[in-house]
Amino acid sequence: MSPTLASPPLPSSSPAEKLSLAVVAAGLLALVLALTDGELGRRQTWFYAALALVSGGTLAWSWVKYGGHPAGVQQNNLWLRASTGRGAVAWVTGLVLTGFYVVLYWYSGNDGQGNFGPLNNLVHALDGFSQWLRARPADQWFLYGTFYTLAILLMGGRAIWKYRHSRYQVVRTASVMFFQLGFAYIIPGLLQFFQQPEFYFSYFWPLKYDYLFPGTVTSLVQNGGLGVFMVFWGAVMSLVATPVLTYFFGKRWYCSWVCGCGGLAETAGDPYRHLSDKSRTAWRWEVRLIYTILGIIIVLTALLWVHFATGNTLLGEAGTVAAQWYGFAIGAVFSGVIGVGFYPLMGSRVWCRFGCPMAAYLGLLQKHFSRFRISTNGAQCISCGNCSNVCEMGIDVQQYAQRGEPIIRASCVGCGMCSTACPRGVLNLENGPKEGRYQGSQLIHADSLRILS
Amino acid sequence: MHLVIIGNGITGVTCALTVRRLRPEARITLVSSESTHHYSRTALMYVYMGHMRPQDIKPYEDWFWTENRLELVHATATALDTADRYVTLDNGTTLPYTHLLLATGSESKRFGWPGENLAGVQGLYNLNDLAAITRDTHGISRGVVVGGGLIGVELAEMLHTRGIEPVVLVREAYYWSAVLPPAEGNLVDRQFAENHVLVRYGTEMREILGDDQGRVRAVVTTAGEEIACQWVGLAIGVAPNLGLAKPSGIETDRGVLVDEFLRTSAPQVYAAGDCAQHRQPAAGQVPVEQLWYTGRMQGETVAHTICGQDTAYRRGIWFNSAKFFNLEYQTYGQAPAKAEAGVESLYWEHPSARVALRVYYRAEAPHAVLGFNAMGLRLRHAVCEQWIAQQVPIAAVMAEFGRANFDPEFFTQHEKAMVAAYNIQFPTQPIALKRRKGLFSMNR
Repeated sequence: MSPTLASPPLPSSSPAEKLSLAVVAAGLLALVLALTDGELGRRQTWFYAALALVSGGTLAWSWVKYGGHPAGVQQNNLWLRASTGRGAVAWVTGLVLTGFYVVLYWYSGNDGQGNFGPLNNLVHALDGFSQWLRARPADQWFLYGTFYTLAILLMGGRAIWKYRHSRYQVVRTASVMFFQLGFAYIIPGLLQFFQQPEFYFSYFWPLKYDYLFPGTVTSLVQNGGLGVFMVFWGAVMSLVATPVLTYFFGKRWYCSWVCGCGGLAETAGDPYRHLSDKSRTAWRWEVRLIYTILGIIIVLTALLWVHFATGNTLLGEAGTVAAQWYGFAIGAVFSGVIGVGFYPLMGSRVWCRFGCPMAAYLGLLQKHFSRFRISTNGAQCISCGNCSNVCEMGIDVQQYAQRGEPIIRASCVGCGMCSTACPRGVLNLENGPKEGRYQGSQLIHADSLRILS
Repeated sequence: MHLVIIGNGITGVTCALTVRRLRPEARITLVSSESTHHYSRTALMYVYMGHMRPQDIKPYEDWFWTENRLELVHATATALDTADRYVTLDNGTTLPYTHLLLATGSESKRFGWPGENLAGVQGLYNLNDLAAITRDTHGISRGVVVGGGLIGVELAEMLHTRGIEPVVLVREAYYWSAVLPPAEGNLVDRQFAENHVLVRYGTEMREILGDDQGRVRAVVTTAGEEIACQWVGLAIGVAPNLGLAKPSGIETDRGVLVDEFLRTSAPQVYAAGDCAQHRQPAAGQVPVEQLWYTGRMQGETVAHTICGQDTAYRRGIWFNSAKFFNLEYQTYGQAPAKAEAGVESLYWEHPSARVALRVYYRAEAPHAVLGFNAMGLRLRHAVCEQWIAQQVPIAAVMAEFGRANFDPEFFTQHEKAMVAAYNIQFPTQPIALKRRKGLFSMNR
């Protein structure tokens, strides 16, 4: 581009917007006090005050920011703000998130005497609630689950306000909020309350890889009736329901409607969706990484079963060690530290796009055995690029739209944002017959120059 | 074969891509004074509003051009010699060609208003315009937009998002009255009102007043009113860019004159897109077409002729689209703004004034459909085109209207209300809705 475009100063935020953000900041400050205050009672107060302030502030801010304008696409200054345009604020946010995950994963374990490292005070602030929900004291994972669920609910509220002109987005956002709160927070808590195994009915192998490991299966089965059902549920969801549902609806039935990782990406990650890299280079890395990880977890699971069937003689300790390494590298570093920590720099779907074996599995089904596609409306595309810009999976949607071709990509999670952002009504998510799914529009002649190879 | 294309807009690029497909061995050079790489003119507003960065409005990544052996020259073509077949560039080189395509696009129109050359007066057409508006609207409080068309509403929206108060001057009695019937124009006006943008209808600009530094300080309307402002956007249309063609002796009028094969008066020189003027436009078509879609179609058509497969330009059934703030608009077929003999229309509007449909049909039975206007509603291009091409009676179209529904899932379906509106207009032949939009059906 030849002319230089100096970044203009941003219009200043309204006083109401500043006030609501100040409330959020006060909440974060209270959280720091809850972390550091020596006295138990005060700590508790700080902690719940923090949750109240952050929650109230976030919802009020969303109301003020998005409610103050007529319903419609609201992307103004997205790339110009330091927080959402990879500026200083984004780098600080990324560092804080990454740091939180490092502390959570490796420095917050119970030392045997109920101390949870640097996060100890926050964990114990939740003891009362945890006793009430789960009939046991809190641990670092309960703290994480609470923050995670709160993030989805609050930022889900924001997303509903922001996208209130699109019923698809409203319903879909409500769905991820429902599944996180019910299936990934309350039900696992209640299961523990009734002395049952902590089980997440909304996570399946190969994302929740150990659900089909022989160790988990045998321990669940030993638990009796409910445990047997959990094994059955996990196996049926992974091996039967996933292909069937993906055949009818595409991978969106899971990735952007049910999954907790997707839920966080669609809500807390929504301000960062445009940051995903749309280049061919990024696509090449995506293909290299995600199918390799799917292959690794399939081979690992199979080996563990062979090992199990041969009376635990085949691999010795190697199988367990491999599973631990997979858990460390993929389950913790990739999905957590990089997956969420890098939201403000690489977009909200780094894990889903480059790492998640479930996404790889669903993607293969979507590409080859599904009725789902994003239809292009005849020749109406004007190549403006809004669709590619908002694609959190880094798909260059425009390449298909401007040729009149349907978008059928393994990585598409069906969030529908390309359709929402399109100013000309060109894109639509559809579950049509599988026959002729790849057929482009007759109203525009697609050139045959390849984009991805 | 060496095809030289002057202009890397949608017309030039579509021609280049089509020629590459038809003639893999051809040498193709794209010359542009504006930018090295093709970018999307339609997306300029989104860069200003911060939705996208300048690099995001390039429809193809930079490797695309080298891998497809499309040579890019960032220079201004200053002279064209049609006898010896070469183009002179401002970087001191010359480019010989065997085939030449003029796809030089347009320039923003100016009417010779007093003060129109003051700093802070501009159109919105190219990257320089984007740079200018980005620079000149820094920290200003009010901008005046002149013109009641698509660029006018874009400019108003752009200023609005920066907290700058736009005042829009529209010569006509309502918005885009050359294209929209009054009811649809009224919906556009509702968008201006909802966004608190002031529009002065029936008002023209008489002159622009400057300050001591040669910058805009106000405009004066034909009513004699002085409106203080620091920036003026001219959105009164564009005119073909003839800078290269005219001095070369190629026949021009408003645009570069072309026949139906998009050939100019000079041998092996073609013109397409905004800059071309058809000597004999087909029935119902205008001689100079200045749309993204027609540019793309002309670029593709001329590529076939250049490759020896003579193809006459046939635009086919008309379509277009736009967005007015939050209101989407699509149109298909014949959709006149004013009453025309033998053409009638059925209009339905949702009480929210955010959704509306107009179906044009022949006055004589069996009332074959002629065209559609959709506001806040997405219609399936292929289905509408098919109905129009096959002259399907409006009764059959309305009964099956769910086939044309292209709205996302879960959106309110209005077909029942539309059919009810039909039944009021045709009380003697009432119909029932036969086709709803389903979750699993695809209506191609």
